[in-house]
Amino acid sequence: MDELNWAIGGEAGDGIDSTGKIFAQALSRAGRHVFTSKDFASRIRGGYTAYKVRTSTDRVQSVVDTLDVLIALTERTVEENREELHDGSIVIYDGERTEFDGFEPPEGVVGLDVPLRSIAEDAGGAIMRNVVALGAVCAVTEFPIENLDESLEKRFGAKGEKIVENNREAARLGAEYVREEFDLDTDYALSTTDADYVLLNGDEAIGMGAIAAGCRFYAGYPITPATDVMEYLTGRIEEYGGHVVQAEDELSAVNMALGAARAGARSMTATSGPGIDLMTETFGLVATSETPLVIADVMRSGPSTGMPTKQEQGDLNMLLYGGHGEVPRFVVAPTTVAECFHKTVEAFNLAEQYQTPVYLVADLSLAVTEQTFDPAEFDMDAVEVDRGKIVDGADVDDWQDDQGRFKPHADTEDGVSPRALPGTAGGVHMSTGLEHDELGRRTEDTEVRVQQVDKRQRKVETAREREDWSYREFGDPDAETLVVSWGSNEGALVEALDYLEDDGVSVRFLSVPYLFPRPDLTEAFDDAEEVIVVECNATGQFADLLEHDTLTRVRRVTKYDGVRFKADELADAIRAELAEANQ
Amino acid sequence: MSSEVRFTDFKSDKQPTWCPGCGDFGTMNGMMKALAETGNSPEDTFVVAGIGCSGKIGTYMRSYALHGVHGRALPVGTGVKLANPDLEVMVAGGDGDGYSIGAGHFVHAVRRNVDMTYVVMDNRIYGLTKGQFSPTSREDFETATSPEGTNQAPVNPLALALAAGGSFIAQSFSSDAQRHTELVKEAIEHPGFALVNVFSPCVTFNDVDTYDYFRDSLVDLDEEEYDETDAAAAKDRILAPDTEYMGVLYRDDESVPYGERMGLTEDMTTIPDGAPEDATDLVREFY
Repeated sequence: MDELNWAIGGEAGDGIDSTGKIFAQALSRAGRHVFTSKDFASRIRGGYTAYKVRTSTDRVQSVVDTLDVLIALTERTVEENREELHDGSIVIYDGERTEFDGFEPPEGVVGLDVPLRSIAEDAGGAIMRNVVALGAVCAVTEFPIENLDESLEKRFGAKGEKIVENNREAARLGAEYVREEFDLDTDYALSTTDADYVLLNGDEAIGMGAIAAGCRFYAGYPITPATDVMEYLTGRIEEYGGHVVQAEDELSAVNMALGAARAGARSMTATSGPGIDLMTETFGLVATSETPLVIADVMRSGPSTGMPTKQEQGDLNMLLYGGHGEVPRFVVAPTTVAECFHKTVEAFNLAEQYQTPVYLVADLSLAVTEQTFDPAEFDMDAVEVDRGKIVDGADVDDWQDDQGRFKPHADTEDGVSPRALPGTAGGVHMSTGLEHDELGRRTEDTEVRVQQVDKRQRKVETAREREDWSYREFGDPDAETLVVSWGSNEGALVEALDYLEDDGVSVRFLSVPYLFPRPDLTEAFDDAEEVIVVECNATGQFADLLEHDTLTRVRRVTKYDGVRFKADELADAIRAELAEANQ
Repeated sequence: MSSEVRFTDFKSDKQPTWCPGCGDFGTMNGMMKALAETGNSPEDTFVVAGIGCSGKIGTYMRSYALHGVHGRALPVGTGVKLANPDLEVMVAGGDGDGYSIGAGHFVHAVRRNVDMTYVVMDNRIYGLTKGQFSPTSREDFETATSPEGTNQAPVNPLALALAAGGSFIAQSFSSDAQRHTELVKEAIEHPGFALVNVFSPCVTFNDVDTYDYFRDSLVDLDEEEYDETDAAAAKDRILAPDTEYMGVLYRDDESVPYGERMGLTEDMTTIPDGAPEDATDLVREFY
């Protein structure tokens, strides 16, 4: 068996995330695919945290409800995961910790009592106990411990060679202890391959996409789970002539980004729902002044402060309809970590081609998932930059009125006006959030008002015709059961299809990355016996939208407990819906 | 930048709808003169205007301009300047825009010290909404929304700026055309964030803070021996209970603007047709 489901769990502050990432990186370096998850729900109370890694030599795109090897830093970790442990699962724990006094692993589960802390002290410090545990895992899985070395270097290199050496030693001592003390005959041997993978999360992919697309200015205010976008860009975008400003709040952040865009830079901000609430104030101005701007919403559980570190896709309605008045916009939702990169590049092109705000919608699942990819998926040579209708000194005259005044909101056939960047001679103009004429000056003239509203809406119609707003399709194209979802559920659903196929249930699955404009699913709905719409919110916002689009009722699979869908759970949910339909 | 630029080049063909006698006429004229006399041109100038009577200035001046959301003009100016340091950025608004709804941004813009000029047309009243008290209105000022006075201490914008580490803090009066122009010129030439709080009387709704009041009471710092770089002296003048001053109250000659500290000298508006040359390095990092 080559797939392994592994986790480390303990209390917040136990270094869970960094330990998990070290292991994930080691697996990736060893040519294994990895999919990680941090969005665990506590079954008991808060303060519990865990990092889960699913790894295989095949591609993995979801977590599942099973655990093969668990590092339990606390006894509670075992309790929290009791249902996922199975016959033959291995729990590594430190029996010298008083809380493990009299600890008995659940029935069928193999407990490995490894004195993590004492061994770490032998290697140079108790702080390395998690690394000792990783060494123990290497022994249990026959995973060559050299693979850990590089990720330890990556994690601790900045602290000096001595620290790196100590950690390497700690891992080796942990492995040795397990080999000497236990006579293991497990099924968890991990093979390695020659494949080279990259390991990254959705926020990092958004940040990398932004730089690739020529984004030079980012203003933001830290907020979970979008902060990683800002932290990724900080220190990197400067290498490409850009800059990150940490603003005083989201109101300021979006206005700074807007200012940079007016100046002519590719510019963005990223936030989560509470920040979108604030930025909505300026959203109408962005749209009506026809400023290209990318605003990323990395969704988390709401409303209000909600559950800041939990998963939800609850912002859809706000992104589609937020703001007073009628605001043309694009809403694009990448469906995988790699797609976060591609859709970010696309968002920048759409923003400039149509001089419209673009919401780039990710969520906590994408933000916290570290996933392996073939580096070719991030082919920088394939990145295309289209800045739309920027005019320069040569053609600026074509867009002036008879008094030589530039028309930034010229009423054109496709709705898109010429854009003169500040500094362009002959292009001097203003714009405003007031309704304005072609010159960008305030008006309440009824005809001009209608002309400008129509012109802005026409950009959306033009884009609808010119661009490809299609869905991603998986499964059996002729299946009677149609499953539709948006955003980050794609990976779990793709794997759920395999489970269902094993049961003889064939499904056609459409994963929709474009929410506005979006593909017309009428025909797909007509072809299907049953339509099931899957999303992470309580009311089924996307389902509402599709019912409206297609005038067809759908079945809804929703989840709003703060935890992403898992592949096996989704397969069960789809089976249940079909059973109900067939009653 | 051309030396032939005249101040009228900064004037648009749109006729102002300000009330006859409004202080904003003088404030704007001084800004246009100052821009021309410091060698700027409309092509290389970006004006960000707030909301209110004063916010209309973006329409009456001729330059690249954005008239934005109420209270957020300074963040917009910040983005413009950082993205293209070659532009002369001037942010203009009123006391409501800057010291009420935008007060948070004001403090942070001051301490961030991005090289731009902030002209606040302070008339101590909300004029566009027809006469409610403003953040700089006196405590006993009676208006439609303060029939018994505001019963709140007015904001002292100069004190806020000084406390936030302001590197250029000036106060002027719209009807003293020459002095006002000089002060805006100094503000433009200051490397860093420059505040010019301009008393710009509202002749329609404020019968207390009038031309006569300012003419009679303002003390010009040019008429006394005053060291503009002395922060302690600035504090005394700014916090003086009964006297208001005109002139540069404080100037930090050591001021290094944010952009320079961050090494932002190139404009960010030119980008390649594809990913930047070394972008593959970014992918390599994730191995």
